[in-house]
Amino acid sequence: MSPLALFRWHRPDWLLLATLLALFGFGLAVLYSASGHNMEVVLKQAVRMVVGLTAMLVLSQLRPIHLYNWAPWLFAISVALLLAVLLMGTVSKGANRWLDLGFFRFQPSELMKLALPLMLARALAQRPPPLAWRDLLQALAWMGLAAVLIIKQPDLGTAILVVASGLYVLYLAGLRRRVIFTSLALALAAMPVVWRFIMHDYQRDRVLTFLNPESDPLGRGWNIIQSKIAIGSGGLLGKGWGQGTQSQLEFLPERHTDFILAVIAEEFGLLGVSLLLFLYAVLIYRGMMIAMEASTPFNRLLAGSLTLTFFTYVLVNVGMVSGLLPVVGVPLPLISYGGTSMVTLLTAFGMIMAVAGDKPFLHR
Amino acid sequence: MQARFDTGRRKRLGQNQLSGRYFRRRAWVALLGVSLIFAGLFARFYYLQVVQYSRYSSQSEANRVRIRPIAPNRGLIFDRNGVLLARNVPAYRLEVIPEQVGHLDNLLDALAEVIPLSETDRNRVQRLRRLRRSFQPIPVKLRLSEEDLARFAVNRYRFPGVEAVPYLSRDYPMGETMAHVLGYVGHISERELARLDEKRYRGTNLVGKTGLEAYYEDALHGEPGFEEVETNAQGRVLRVLRRELPKPGKDLHLTLDAGLQQAAYEALGQHRGAVVAMKPESGEVLALVSKPSFDPNPFVTGILHRDYQALLNQPGRPLFNRALLGGYEPGSTIKPFMALAGLASGVLSADETWYSDGTFQIPGRKRIYRDWKKGGHGRVDLVQALAQSVNGFFYNLALRMGIDRIHDWLAPFGFGQVTGIDMPREKPGLLPSRAWKRAVHNSAWFDGETVIVGIGQGPFVVTPMQLAWAVNKLASRKDLPRPHLKKGTEAWPKPGRLERIPEAAWEQVQKGMVAVVHGARGSARSIGHGLPFSMAGKTGTAQVFGHKEDATDEERKVEGLAEHLKHHALFIAYAPVEQPQIAVAVVVEHGGGGSRVAAPVARDVIRYWLERQP
Repeated sequence: MSPLALFRWHRPDWLLLATLLALFGFGLAVLYSASGHNMEVVLKQAVRMVVGLTAMLVLSQLRPIHLYNWAPWLFAISVALLLAVLLMGTVSKGANRWLDLGFFRFQPSELMKLALPLMLARALAQRPPPLAWRDLLQALAWMGLAAVLIIKQPDLGTAILVVASGLYVLYLAGLRRRVIFTSLALALAAMPVVWRFIMHDYQRDRVLTFLNPESDPLGRGWNIIQSKIAIGSGGLLGKGWGQGTQSQLEFLPERHTDFILAVIAEEFGLLGVSLLLFLYAVLIYRGMMIAMEASTPFNRLLAGSLTLTFFTYVLVNVGMVSGLLPVVGVPLPLISYGGTSMVTLLTAFGMIMAVAGDKPFLHR
Repeated sequence: MQARFDTGRRKRLGQNQLSGRYFRRRAWVALLGVSLIFAGLFARFYYLQVVQYSRYSSQSEANRVRIRPIAPNRGLIFDRNGVLLARNVPAYRLEVIPEQVGHLDNLLDALAEVIPLSETDRNRVQRLRRLRRSFQPIPVKLRLSEEDLARFAVNRYRFPGVEAVPYLSRDYPMGETMAHVLGYVGHISERELARLDEKRYRGTNLVGKTGLEAYYEDALHGEPGFEEVETNAQGRVLRVLRRELPKPGKDLHLTLDAGLQQAAYEALGQHRGAVVAMKPESGEVLALVSKPSFDPNPFVTGILHRDYQALLNQPGRPLFNRALLGGYEPGSTIKPFMALAGLASGVLSADETWYSDGTFQIPGRKRIYRDWKKGGHGRVDLVQALAQSVNGFFYNLALRMGIDRIHDWLAPFGFGQVTGIDMPREKPGLLPSRAWKRAVHNSAWFDGETVIVGIGQGPFVVTPMQLAWAVNKLASRKDLPRPHLKKGTEAWPKPGRLERIPEAAWEQVQKGMVAVVHGARGSARSIGHGLPFSMAGKTGTAQVFGHKEDATDEERKVEGLAEHLKHHALFIAYAPVEQPQIAVAVVVEHGGGGSRVAAPVARDVIRYWLERQP
């Protein structure tokens, strides 16, 4: 086989694929209930899943060397598009995140979620651990650029995820332990400054509400209070599919998007939540295994950081819905209604699968 | 190729294995962290769902209190004297709760036998049914007539789940007279839904679509209130626990005068056109009329598709607001401004005269530019040149000024730019310039074009609003606050170029404009007979077919031409001359010459206004 061939045909990782399909089935069932038995919503989401899965399967056959080659271009395009959004994006609900391409709207920050880890993985792939200062600074500069452009929109949730993806690459590439602990300490110390000077009013509001939801029960606290009631009242086995009073009677806001986990918890109980967490755990475990078995440093860093970023998605949404973390607009990965994050995540899994298939010294 | 590739890899293999081991250690640590966090998340759900189950379960049982928005009352709109122009009227709408009726389509069919339902109504029901939950009411028909209401009351027992609900609808008592200014409200479309603040509009059905209703939407709308209601297990309301009343929208007081608006609307008669009247020394718009117009009231309840199509396809384009969007050549109405520009720039001296033999030529060129009067007007000074609308005088003036100076002195009157009036859309018109021609046509400017700009032709485009704005400045002899329809929004501009025009120049141009109406040879002397006040005016004609630069006002009054081929008639005026109270611009489409149809309209409007002044 020529090393320049675009694709290397192989069977996609069956465990990842099967787990994703299981999640999707579960997700559609929940969505039907959460949307008030709206078949149109379910079908729309199903179409997105099929489109996303197809893209993922195609991508899974790609040879990662091409991702390595394309990384700088993808990064440059992402930066350019983010700039374009700032200059001429569509304003929706006070934030400027979308680029209207006429036939569809597109969030460049989503592209950055993939472009940044790709870029850093490429940059650090040839550097033996531990990470040199010069490489670290360069990587931080790229991360900073991406983060600033996204925060400007403003979209804190996405910025956190993008920065996290970059940090994972750094960590996996051998960031010195000393640096890790020092910066953690510094970050804690810097919190008051961030609070005072960097955060927007609405972000501060969210944190305050998070710390004490009862302070504003009809406004911002409403989401968290109702979400906790929904979860708690679900009990061990749940109230049954379509029987959740919290969600069916509209006490729970954003129930088919960001807060869909509360619907799962209410209608399927701890059992349903455990099943969901288990499926997520399988995806993450499998992703990390693929990373560890990967043949090149680039493949390792790519698969590892994408998997951990996926984990962060899960953590942020589950933490938010259960009242452990402040409310930032991050959907429940692969379950929440909406196409944007779905496409990004499935693309990421496509790349992880591509890494799984890239084993030059193994005869299969 | 393959070999080289692999050897390259093998060389790096040692290092690769090293970094691989390193990576694996870190990955395991990460997996350990992930596992701990997953355990933590599980513990959180265990805590909420098992440990705290009884607490949340009882909270959920008790969670029968929900919050419902109450739509605010929309602000009213008044004219300058407190006449109500847009009001809220109590009305009934028919609502259906889908989950309480069996088959919605069957129900609609049955309902249609009692109360006529339009296609628009049915489509809305189908659309909202998909957007709302099954226990939320969907409006079936808005503003039931007395008859509909009575019919429904009699047949009510047949339709459980359908109710006639009182609400406030919007009504425009002056109908088509005010339609273009006020605009109208209508049902919130899906596109608007995406743009509007969801929280503020949760209980609102109507939103400003055009005109002032759209421009001042934010203030008119108000802030919604909320009520906490107790529901039963199916989500139906049992009683109201607490109510926070909405803040009604702010009332809008306009500078418009309803009577004058009506008078202007009637003065236009059957003609298509626009009238804009302003109050000198201010930016207040007294009347803004575009004709033909339409009745805005059907738009509030949802106009029938068929009726809307009819409005769109009507040849007079009644939905088109000519006053702000109609573009016309200013024609000879530009002459007073040209004269001021000439005097102010020093190109024209006050006592200069011109001998009009009926033709004008640029020295050294063959092309002949004509006066409208065959054989010419003889020797005329500036006053007579304005009074008789002598083209030759202004051809000559324009040629001497050059396009750059013309542009620089006409721009301060507001030509070629939006006036900034508080309405949602407005056309800027076009004031020709060297830069414009370079940018749009990528070619040089020619003297021949300068000559015809001097009599308001060529690519020159003004809107009736702009023309009124310019006349108002002419009457006030200074820069004015931005034109506006909302009372009390005067904001004075920085004094600009107009302040540099000497008093004598204003006086002389006014003399010419007075002679247009009151002079023995004035082009609009027919309206001057027996006027109890003195009026300054100027006629103008905008060409419709071709660009016959040398056609004249008189020639253009071609009788017997098909209506749509006749030229547009323009007239600008202000009065009384001693202390102007009103400035007016009139455009009558296909009205022929300016003096015949446009001037009487302006006179009627002005007379109405002055007769009512103390």
